[in-house]
Amino acid sequence: MIKDLGKYIIMFVVLVLVQVLILNNIQFSGFINPYVYILFILLLPFTIPGYLLLGLSFILGLSIDMFNNTPGIHAGATVLLGFMRPGIARLVSSREIIEKGNTPNMTQLGFASFLKYVVISVLIHHLFLFYAEAFSFKDFFETFLRFILSSIFSIVIILASQFIIFKN
Amino acid sequence: MRSLFRFLLRNYFLMMFLALEAISLVMIVNLNNYQRVNFFNSSNDLTGAINEKYSSFDDYFTLGRTNARLAADNASLRKQLQLRMLQQEKYPKTRPDTVDAPAYVFTSAKVISNSTNKQFNYITLNKGSRQGIKPDMGIINSEGVVGVITNVSANYSTGLSLLNKRLMGISAKITRNNYSGALVWDGEHFNTADLKEIPFNVMVNVGDSVVTSSNSGIFPEGIMIGKITKYDVESGTNFFNIKVELSTNFKTLKYVEVVQNTKHAELKKLELNNVGE
Repeated sequence: MIKDLGKYIIMFVVLVLVQVLILNNIQFSGFINPYVYILFILLLPFTIPGYLLLGLSFILGLSIDMFNNTPGIHAGATVLLGFMRPGIARLVSSREIIEKGNTPNMTQLGFASFLKYVVISVLIHHLFLFYAEAFSFKDFFETFLRFILSSIFSIVIILASQFIIFKN
Repeated sequence: MRSLFRFLLRNYFLMMFLALEAISLVMIVNLNNYQRVNFFNSSNDLTGAINEKYSSFDDYFTLGRTNARLAADNASLRKQLQLRMLQQEKYPKTRPDTVDAPAYVFTSAKVISNSTNKQFNYITLNKGSRQGIKPDMGIINSEGVVGVITNVSANYSTGLSLLNKRLMGISAKITRNNYSGALVWDGEHFNTADLKEIPFNVMVNVGDSVVTSSNSGIFPEGIMIGKITKYDVESGTNFFNIKVELSTNFKTLKYVEVVQNTKHAELKKLELNNVGE
């Protein structure tokens, strides 16, 4: 458990740094900004208690907000994702896998389920994020385009990262 | 009480989610500049329409006062007209110079929402960009200066009332000696403000009128602001500390005029040239 704690702290720091130092600075064509840091929420163990899940989601979002100067926007999106996560997990995997206390990664879930898990999570998170950022439905379709394009990139990067990590 | 507690405990996941989400939303709305402007802006059409409905209802109760003010306005304008006519009779040959086209255009508007009791008071008018209102126009009424327009939507506009510390000083002068300074609200009372930057060697009397100066380019020169009620020298500075009693009654604001300086853009452009050199 203590070993896991260390692992998650390192993961938290690395993901936040990668997000704010690298990914936030590469905005392809000004429309695409992938947000990969939510991988931290996705990879928390299935059996994590609810208060910890929501609390960590909130802290993660706030840390990103602090770097981005967007107080509350990322925090709101990550808390929403944290709230939805148990439901998404139930949707994509079986009861045995969840109750065994696994972490929802690619080897445990299998590629198809993991893909579903990531796609649903990213879409929920990004939908909230992009509309909270625009804060109006005036340019609904422009925001929607941003949301879809960035989601695709986030999903691709998250899946690629999992392939790289679990190949070894 | 106990069952409420049990309910909260059983649904703590949902409750915690709602609480954290509420915190985030409060942060989004309060701390992000763009979102705050969008959310709290009463110039957006929905809140504008609601305010206008309420205001038109409220109007019936203030008809008497509004009429009295209009009558007083009429009387004072008639007096000015008569003076002008007398002048015309004395010098019948004089014609107005066409080069001096009036720089200021006035549009009348109705106040549909206005506050006086906050630290930052805003004012909402029922005219917007469709009626030619633009940001940075001045708002006045027959009593004196009211504020400055900041946001405009199609049919409504909002502005900083003079009673707003975010209004960074209206250029004002003392009529007796033409010394000009900056008028800022003191943040305390809805009918007093501070006049700053008047050097202490100037003759100042209680009761002197303070009017707009021509420096700002937003207001025409000589619009009434108020009268000096008190002054002293702040120790360690070379400037007076002047209290001005505002002539505009912000509590009863109903109809105002929006002032557009048609030469404002030209003036600003010219002044910008000096900065470059």
